[in-house]
Amino acid sequence: MSETMTAETADHPGARPAANARGRANHKASSIEMQGLHKRFGRDTVALDGVDLNIRAGEFFTLLGPSGCGKTTLLRILAGLEEPDAGSLVVGGKDITETPPHQRSVNTVFQSYALFPHLSVRENLAFGLKMRGMPAAERHSKVDEIADFIKLGDLIDRHVDQLSGGQRQRIALARALICEPDVLLLDEPLSALDAGLRSQLQVELLRVQKRLGMTFVFVTHDQQEAMVMSDRIAVLNGGTIQQVGAPRDVYERPVNAFVAHFMGHDNLYPISARKSDRLITALGELTAEEAGDGELLLIRPETLDLLPGAVEGPNHLTATVAERLYRGSHAEFRLAIADTTLQATVNNRGRHLPEVGETVTVVVAPEDLVTLSE
Amino acid sequence: MSYSGAVPTARSRAMVRETRHLLFSVAPGAVWIFIFLVLPSAYLMGVAFMTNGPYGLPQMPLSLDAFERLAGVGFLGWSPGNLYTLLRSLWQTLVSTVLVVIVAYPVAYYITTCREKWRPILLLLVVVPSWTNQVIRAFGWMNLLAPGTPLSSLAESLGLVAPNMGLYPSNFAVTLGLVYNFLPFMVLPLYAAFEKLDTAQVQAAQDLYASPVRAFWHAVFPQTLPGLLAGTVLVAIPAFGMYVIPELLGGGKGMMLGNLVANQFAGSSNWPLGAAGAILMLIATFIGLFAMRRIGKRLGGGEEVVI
Repeated sequence: MSETMTAETADHPGARPAANARGRANHKASSIEMQGLHKRFGRDTVALDGVDLNIRAGEFFTLLGPSGCGKTTLLRILAGLEEPDAGSLVVGGKDITETPPHQRSVNTVFQSYALFPHLSVRENLAFGLKMRGMPAAERHSKVDEIADFIKLGDLIDRHVDQLSGGQRQRIALARALICEPDVLLLDEPLSALDAGLRSQLQVELLRVQKRLGMTFVFVTHDQQEAMVMSDRIAVLNGGTIQQVGAPRDVYERPVNAFVAHFMGHDNLYPISARKSDRLITALGELTAEEAGDGELLLIRPETLDLLPGAVEGPNHLTATVAERLYRGSHAEFRLAIADTTLQATVNNRGRHLPEVGETVTVVVAPEDLVTLSE
Repeated sequence: MSYSGAVPTARSRAMVRETRHLLFSVAPGAVWIFIFLVLPSAYLMGVAFMTNGPYGLPQMPLSLDAFERLAGVGFLGWSPGNLYTLLRSLWQTLVSTVLVVIVAYPVAYYITTCREKWRPILLLLVVVPSWTNQVIRAFGWMNLLAPGTPLSSLAESLGLVAPNMGLYPSNFAVTLGLVYNFLPFMVLPLYAAFEKLDTAQVQAAQDLYASPVRAFWHAVFPQTLPGLLAGTVLVAIPAFGMYVIPELLGGGKGMMLGNLVANQFAGSSNWPLGAAGAILMLIATFIGLFAMRRIGKRLGGGEEVVI
């Protein structure tokens, strides 16, 4: 269950929280429409192969995929740092396909942070405002305001090389946010941080986005991160979009084997025959409710129940425990069924956890079965 | 505490051993510096304050004659010849350093934009000419610039130089020789500065509303200043004391301070005057280095710029 939980921290997911004390939440947010984006590097490296994507105003949208899937190229096209070979890009109703980066109201948090080492933190934060020609006094108060908002505290007068990774990350975020762009782009901004700090900053980033109501486009290869942060996720592979949807859609109803594997699913079984709602796979015969008409059956490990011993019943499979990984809050089982194996995750409620070699019965709920295409 | 210092404890013995060890390791270097730097400098200092003897050799009594001569006071009253030489040295140094920067900056940048496997080769090409003896390279320029050569004829036909004068010998030839000679000393530190630069920073600047030109001035140029400064020191100081290039390419009119000093120890024979010139050169160098250090500290935000 814990894996499917998404951070819908707002009481009503999708609804924007009311303006907070600072009155920042009423920031103009922009939608993004991409149409037929193509990009190739050199002669035969295709980075984007026809991407159509609409991102809603004020959405936390994540581009998810393995390295080389085109997610970073797509982000760079949004920033204007890369020009598409074909296709169009509309932000906030304005076509900016040809607009150079410095004329776009789009700011980026770079993976390497790309802070200016020859400038102080304050000068880094003020850079964008200065380039836009804002007077010094106004810049100063803006910087103080954002420093307060991101809780930079006394970092403001430090030099960039005196900062830790987490602090740099915050400065990079603040430097982009201070310009109040229509869209904020984040290129794997947390990938260089250790796990603890990372999950802390995930929550922080999410709160900032909810408070500002700004459109965030976030790039990551980490599906857990994507599920925690996003309103919607686009899964990319080979320069094309595989699936777009809310985290629960993508995780629980992946449209193809690639998305399923990428979201961490291993229990995929080819369907050899089907009689109405009865599916025949290597596991045996299972009854599914609204499974769809795909060629592959997906069984999510956390939907399974294990009963001790061999119990007869509908959608009951008899199995032998081949491996057990005890993880405290839950245990993961590799079960041998017929000639194949099945992964099952069982929450540790203090009940008996089957041992290796024990015979168990797997109970599969018909409503949890999903089929998908190759 | 009733500790008696006279009792040799294990700790004090270890300290003595360590001190002795330190002395032995420092001694060879100290001796080397003393013999080859301190002694000759002290000797030069002494000579500068002595009187010129009959064969140009220094003799007693001590006097400021040499410095007066350097300032232009001679038997026939004051003449500005030496002062001109000094000013010419400063001017040549300034002009050639600026020209070296103008040529080296794009070269260094270009090399950093090349594929990684080509960069060492391109850097090698920059450095290779300096493997040939300076004198031979100066002769090379003579052959290219002498009257009657294509380059000189072209300059003459364009009216840049008087007919049959050629580009060599001239102050122009000296400047050219200096720029050519010192180019690698500017390219290498600038290359190092460019290579350290994260290209994402340039993109970040553009992302933060800087046009390409402003991105260069605000994000790139300041970060190359330490390299520029190091290169300036490496070029300006040896250029100021340069002997070979003005000697071979400048003719009588292109003399620099280095030639003045050399002449006093050889041809004209006035050792005290030569020594005084050398000291002047040393002082100018120190002033230059000091100024660079100050600038470097300000640029680096307190961070030491290694020169």
